Amino acid sequence: MASLDPHKTGFLLTENLVKRFDDVVAVDDVSITIQKGEIFALLGSSGCGKSTLLRILAGFEKPTSGRVLLNGVDIASFHPYERPINMMFQSFALFPHLNVWENIAFGLKREGMPSPQIATRVDEMLNLVQLTAYAKRKPHQLSGGQQQRVALARSLAKKPQLLLLDEPLGALDKKLRQRTQFELVNIIESVGVTVVMVTHDQEEAMTMASRIAVMSHGRVLQVGTPKEIYECPINRFVADFIGNINLFDGQLSVDEQDRCEITTGQGIMHIAHGIGGAIGMPLTVAVRPEKIYIAKTRPDVSVNLFSGKVREIAYFGSYTSFVVETASGRTVVITEPNGSRLENIDITWEDQVFFWWDEADPVVLTQ
Amino acid sequence: MNIENWSRLRPGRRWVIGVPFVWLLIFFVVPFLILLRISVTDMGNGVDPFAPVIQAIEGSLHISLKYQNYLSIFEQANDQGVMTVGETIYMLAYLTSVKFALWTTILCLFIGYPFAYFIARARKSIQPALLMLVMLPFWTSFLLRVYAWKGILADQGVLNNFLIWLGVIQEPIQMLYTDVSMLIGMTYVYCPFMILPLYAILVKMDFRLLEAAHDLGASPWNAFWLITVPLSKAGIIAGSMLVFIPCLGEFVIPSLLGGAENIMLGRVVWDEMFSSNNWPRAAALAVVMILFILVPMAVYTHYSAERDTQREA
Repeated sequence: MASLDPHKTGFLLTENLVKRFDDVVAVDDVSITIQKGEIFALLGSSGCGKSTLLRILAGFEKPTSGRVLLNGVDIASFHPYERPINMMFQSFALFPHLNVWENIAFGLKREGMPSPQIATRVDEMLNLVQLTAYAKRKPHQLSGGQQQRVALARSLAKKPQLLLLDEPLGALDKKLRQRTQFELVNIIESVGVTVVMVTHDQEEAMTMASRIAVMSHGRVLQVGTPKEIYECPINRFVADFIGNINLFDGQLSVDEQDRCEITTGQGIMHIAHGIGGAIGMPLTVAVRPEKIYIAKTRPDVSVNLFSGKVREIAYFGSYTSFVVETASGRTVVITEPNGSRLENIDITWEDQVFFWWDEADPVVLTQ
Repeated sequence: MNIENWSRLRPGRRWVIGVPFVWLLIFFVVPFLILLRISVTDMGNGVDPFAPVIQAIEGSLHISLKYQNYLSIFEQANDQGVMTVGETIYMLAYLTSVKFALWTTILCLFIGYPFAYFIARARKSIQPALLMLVMLPFWTSFLLRVYAWKGILADQGVLNNFLIWLGVIQEPIQMLYTDVSMLIGMTYVYCPFMILPLYAILVKMDFRLLEAAHDLGASPWNAFWLITVPLSKAGIIAGSMLVFIPCLGEFVIPSLLGGAENIMLGRVVWDEMFSSNNWPRAAALAVVMILFILVPMAVYTHYSAERDTQREA
């Protein structure tokens, strides 16, 4: 179906979307473009406006200003029950007085589908989520994982153009969550529906989504693939929010075409690209813990080499995390993968260690 | 609960469940047995209603149960003087009582449901205040409140005067001592008994279910009928019972606000008791009414309990 507005591309667009509650701005000038077939995640801590944005898409909230275009049609004035959009609720919101079959058939009956077709469609959905044997059960007789699959089947039954997932795995315990993540993505991809999901769990966003929008205080700070968000954060907030990171504040001291130097409290840090900024401008060097090497003996490197004392060691199974304190009192987090079972790390508490990183690995942040 | 379950209970629990049982035994079962006993005595000959039913006279045991008290509720003499089942004044009183109790229940449901719904959906901070407003009338005497309606509905009452002042009517309308005034009074008095159980159910309802229903294409009206009403069924049944049952035997409101033509059962029992001085018939009337209420209730409870066990299985 061709977009009605030839200047816009993308399946779902929000244009300068604003939502105000009294004097609180929950969604602040959000413009995002989502392509057909994408799994798009809105990621942020609670109160960042991601849920309000999702509720605007579902039609439960009216935007204060701005437009929402689905396939080129402005849907802002449509009631929730008029939108070709279905939502899977965080609490699943299964109807307790209806059994699994009736829950899935609920939406189909509302659009007046003839009953033989409803039966076919419901059976198809039950098959998709592998709950055929549970059709006659009531929701309270199902486990959390099964309830989640019923909720998914119910929201997919009407073949929505857009599927909204509100903290899709939030109600499940951790072990079940990991297994369900892949199951959910497989089902969504087999159906081929466009998805917007909301989550506060970065791991969930990164494993499930094709692109992520990081939100804070109602604004979208960065949109990108999980890798872009992780490896190239555009500012301190995004860098700090996604995963762990060491941030070193400093000033630009040398800036050339293909390299620069930044003077920080820990000394001079070398970066393998130019900044194109004024000498003396404040910058932040951001280095992920797993990009830093650690050893007791001095390595054969000349730049980005620092030393300190080991203060904390935490064993996480797949990796070990060290907290190293430098002479100036600054702590740096470093992680080492535990690649071999028999590997014995000889570093222990209070050891004097060296740590260093490659010139290409840090990210330079301007704000 | 059956005997098998009872014997399996630990002693402490037997005490906890036993106390209400004893209460029911003393204040319901025993009076009911006394009533049953009076209903089969023959008082026509000036016999004491508590005279023994079983007597040994001259070497033979006489058990005298006068079931005529019950027959006379349903039978009357026709033109030829033969007793046949017909529309006795008692039968009419039963039907009138059921009719008005039913209408009151329906009116209370229609007025009480929106009321309970909006209290349940109001902000948490103002809910106690709204509930207080529902319960506030109980602080005034029941009789006083019913009398107040006399003042409102009388020919020279507040409502008629107001309507004449407005120019809507020229002459006062007869409102007091009609079926309408009786229904107004009963609906007014019993509405809180409908609102409170409905509120208790609705406040527990997860209103996200309504959002889910809207999301799946149900209009607000559809969502109300398909989600809210079925989920508040228990409240509707409880509220309806709490209104219907006392309305059936209501005596004060019909005698203060009701007309002369539609006599309800409470009035008939009173008349038999104190005007005709026919205690056995009054007792028989009361026993039949209790059975009218208890039998459908027992059947309903039995089947809903059966359904619940099926659901658990």
